[in-house]
Amino acid sequence: MTAGSSSPMPWPRIAVLGAGHSGPVIARIAVAAGFQVSIAASGDPEKIALITEVLVPGAEPRWAADAVEDADIVVLSIPLHRFPDFDPDLVAGKLVVDVMNYWPPVNGVVEMFEDRRYSSSEIVQRRLVRSTVVKTLNHIGYHEMEDDRRPAGSPERRALGVAGDARSAVDAVAEVIERIGYDTVRLDSLSAGRLLQPGGPVFGKSLHRTEFELAVRATAA
Amino acid sequence: MTTNASARFPLLLGLDTFGDTTNDAAGRPLTHAQTIRNLVEQGVLADQLGLDFFGIGEHHTDDWPLSAADVVLGAIAARTKRIHLGSAVTVLSSDDPVRVFQRYSTLNAISGGRAEVVLGRGSSIDSFPLFGYDLANYETLFEEKVNLFAELIKGGPVTWEGTTRAALINQDVVPHTESGPFPVWIGVGGSPQSVVRAAHYGFNLMLAIIGGSPSRFAPFSRLFEQALAKFEQPPRPIGVHGPGHVAATDETAREEFWPYYLDVFRRIGKTRGFATPTKEQFLHEVGPHGALYIGSPETVAQKIAANLPALHATRFDLKYGMGGLSHEALMTNIELYATQVAPRVRELME
Repeated sequence: MTAGSSSPMPWPRIAVLGAGHSGPVIARIAVAAGFQVSIAASGDPEKIALITEVLVPGAEPRWAADAVEDADIVVLSIPLHRFPDFDPDLVAGKLVVDVMNYWPPVNGVVEMFEDRRYSSSEIVQRRLVRSTVVKTLNHIGYHEMEDDRRPAGSPERRALGVAGDARSAVDAVAEVIERIGYDTVRLDSLSAGRLLQPGGPVFGKSLHRTEFELAVRATAA
Repeated sequence: MTTNASARFPLLLGLDTFGDTTNDAAGRPLTHAQTIRNLVEQGVLADQLGLDFFGIGEHHTDDWPLSAADVVLGAIAARTKRIHLGSAVTVLSSDDPVRVFQRYSTLNAISGGRAEVVLGRGSSIDSFPLFGYDLANYETLFEEKVNLFAELIKGGPVTWEGTTRAALINQDVVPHTESGPFPVWIGVGGSPQSVVRAAHYGFNLMLAIIGGSPSRFAPFSRLFEQALAKFEQPPRPIGVHGPGHVAATDETAREEFWPYYLDVFRRIGKTRGFATPTKEQFLHEVGPHGALYIGSPETVAQKIAANLPALHATRFDLKYGMGGLSHEALMTNIELYATQVAPRVRELME
């Protein structure tokens, strides 16, 4: 676990899959940060044209396959209970950001995620075998994502955890999160992503980077 | 196109409750039965003091024992003359739309045309296992059942087919309403697709804003207005459901509410795995950029009057109560809201 440091990299193109509660918010803050963003739901982009035009001006509604093809980073923000039907081929070879939560008291039981040996993102990774999965943005409320952004160096800047098995993927996603308006605390495995889950030490908590590091360290120890 | 909502729809101020179990003056929890009887008195008081709406949210837990809101609304209807009565919300996905129509159409009959219904999911999932529904089918259940309800509310024989219940063929569903459809709202907590769905059916939009900055919902109001135009529906009103507590002073309101808020959210947090709110977070929610309407009548009125125009809304329903507050504190809250907050909001928004 190390604190985020910024290094120059090209601006990745982002595809957001999901136009429910969190997808449009993530797309909007990504557009605001200057990224090229497309958004897709489960079918015809015409169905989300109005939502995109009003809620995410500047993003392009597309068919999921087209959005993914042209993207460097794919944000998976579908309802988790739909994930068992999600086609892994759709995101093969891509860096996938898992913003979903397995949260039975709120969203019900999903059998695939009941194996408590694994964090929910590990289960996502085991299914998306040809993708690289990184977990973040799951532990901040979708209703806070926009308001809580702060410029780098602001004493109020909130930290978000970014967890993954592949260091380069974690760094790439952390760069995006930092450009959007958050500090990052990088966790070096999807297994450690458990610390970001419901019931974990940072879920739903607004913490600065040092507080965040202390909270996850105390639990991990 | 943005429309001037206030020119088209009257300003309406109401109350919502989830029937949070109350304590007696000595702090002992009252029975569910007494909580329900008190609730009837609260609804009657709201009518006597001239409020526009009284809504009850369906819940199925020990903390919120209001599983049959329409029965309680029927009792209030029999003792009141003017106030509109409705759900806040009806969990349509785990109910039968035919029964929901029948119950609220009956309430409409008892009350002489004062029934309304707010359809939504709410934030609890208890009704799904209770009635044998799989939450994984939530979207299909809601979509189909709203579709059927839209047919039922038109009046007249209904022909409908879907996957979530038996088909209806030229079915007369009674009781008929006396003077056309009663108001139907879709309660929305954050799903843009629900906003578009409300517009598609020409229903009203109720924004349930229970955390964070109310102004972040302004894009939802724009989406609703543009979707209505796209579907060639006439303009429909937008309402706001917001939690709060009114007392004589800001400090009294905060200090009365905070211990119970902390207690309730600590328990919910434990079962749902989120952090217990801090006093600092609570005070942020109470402040101008938060979702809670807690304070003196002036403070609460100023906040409502600031948020409604920003959201193109013309109705505000204060969700009052919090498990453990006394019936007496709730009656004081209702009295202050009706006699001081409501007139002040009208004055500020003129």
